Amino acid sequence: MDYHSPASFTEASALAAATTGVTRFLAGGTDVLVQLRSEMVTPDLLIDIKKIDGVSDITRTGDGGWTLGVAVTGAEMSEHGELGREWPGIVEAMDLIGSTQIQGRATLTGNLCNGSPAADSVPAMIAAGVTVTVTGPDAERIVPVEDIPTGPGKTSLARGEVISAVNIPPRGQNGGDAYLRFIPRTEMDIAVVGCGVSLRLDGDNVTEARVSLGAVAPTVLLVEDCASAIIGTALDDAALDALAAAASAACNPIDDKRGTIAFRTEVAGVLARRAAKIAYARAKGEQA
Amino acid sequence: MSKLHVSTTVNGDSVEFLCDPRETLLDCLRDKLNLTGAKEGCGTGDCGACSVTVDGRLVCSCLMLGVEADGKDIATVEGMADGEELHPLQQKFIEYAALQCGICTPGVLVAAKALLEKNPNPTEEEARYWLAGNLCRCTGYDKIIRAVMDTAADMREAS
Repeated sequence: MDYHSPASFTEASALAAATTGVTRFLAGGTDVLVQLRSEMVTPDLLIDIKKIDGVSDITRTGDGGWTLGVAVTGAEMSEHGELGREWPGIVEAMDLIGSTQIQGRATLTGNLCNGSPAADSVPAMIAAGVTVTVTGPDAERIVPVEDIPTGPGKTSLARGEVISAVNIPPRGQNGGDAYLRFIPRTEMDIAVVGCGVSLRLDGDNVTEARVSLGAVAPTVLLVEDCASAIIGTALDDAALDALAAAASAACNPIDDKRGTIAFRTEVAGVLARRAAKIAYARAKGEQA
Repeated sequence: MSKLHVSTTVNGDSVEFLCDPRETLLDCLRDKLNLTGAKEGCGTGDCGACSVTVDGRLVCSCLMLGVEADGKDIATVEGMADGEELHPLQQKFIEYAALQCGICTPGVLVAAKALLEKNPNPTEEEARYWLAGNLCRCTGYDKIIRAVMDTAADMREAS
């Protein structure tokens, strides 16, 4: 295994493009090292991106959004304050992952590129409309988070492409987001179902919404039918029922030791309902 | 495979070693620097027995490569006592018998020290959540938590 720590994403991309072997990019390493040690994936080339300038920065953009470097850890996101006040759903979703020790290393980008349908931060990012900047051998492109995972452990990134930044849109006025997951205990487990909701209000009515479900299909889902179930409503009981039904209808889960198909399908509706209520309260400026 | 040269600081001392890029920081601490306080429990970041701090941040040394330590400031359980004088947490762990087999203890101590540096006045719930990544199969955690809470109270009084 060759180890490189390039000084730029262009260089990182060129290194990856020039090899035919198995390549892994190393950010926090909380998945890559486990796979390496268990011999699930033995990279021929390991490219550590943490020596690249700016990868640990959380930066306000000109339009009022945020750019997060790809090595920003969960702990750094939780400690930031302002980021979490604007996007509590994203920060809380990231904070749900693993222990204090894992939070000291784990990153949004790693969680995304690991390709797990149960990744906690991914539904929250998708609901929030987060995009990633992808640096390739020839060009850079901006990709919505929902277009990155293509199946368990798989992404749409081509050889030589590396995610070089996480772009969080401006929160703007009267918006709120939330992420909830079901696990059979209180901490440190893999989501049986996860649900992220982000919405915007005009008065009492929902004008924009995005709803994302995790661990109920081979990839994290962006569910348009959930959004249309609540847009134009004041999130009354009928709207919540329609939201829950749309969430359950979108599920295509597996049966495994963590949850059955029937359970996951039911819980997706329950979590969508609860997460939407939290996001709604946050959009109203209420504590939730 | 040629070995890589790593210069780092461990418990305040400058150290250098050569390592294979596949070796973890835990491997390097134990096998190259003879600092065997950090233990390998699971090797997958679940148990916390290998806890150390890197630039003040609590991490599992089994989930970090040795080469990633280059230029960093590492602290392990070996750096907690001041010569013969134990750290207040170490003293309190003895007083409370907050250990049995002792395998998890170095990781718990490093994690608890990091907690008290960040939050000198944690609630019991905060302490339990903070230490949730340090598994102990002997004590049932109660004595560990009581030792940490009592140390926190003593250290607040002393400061």
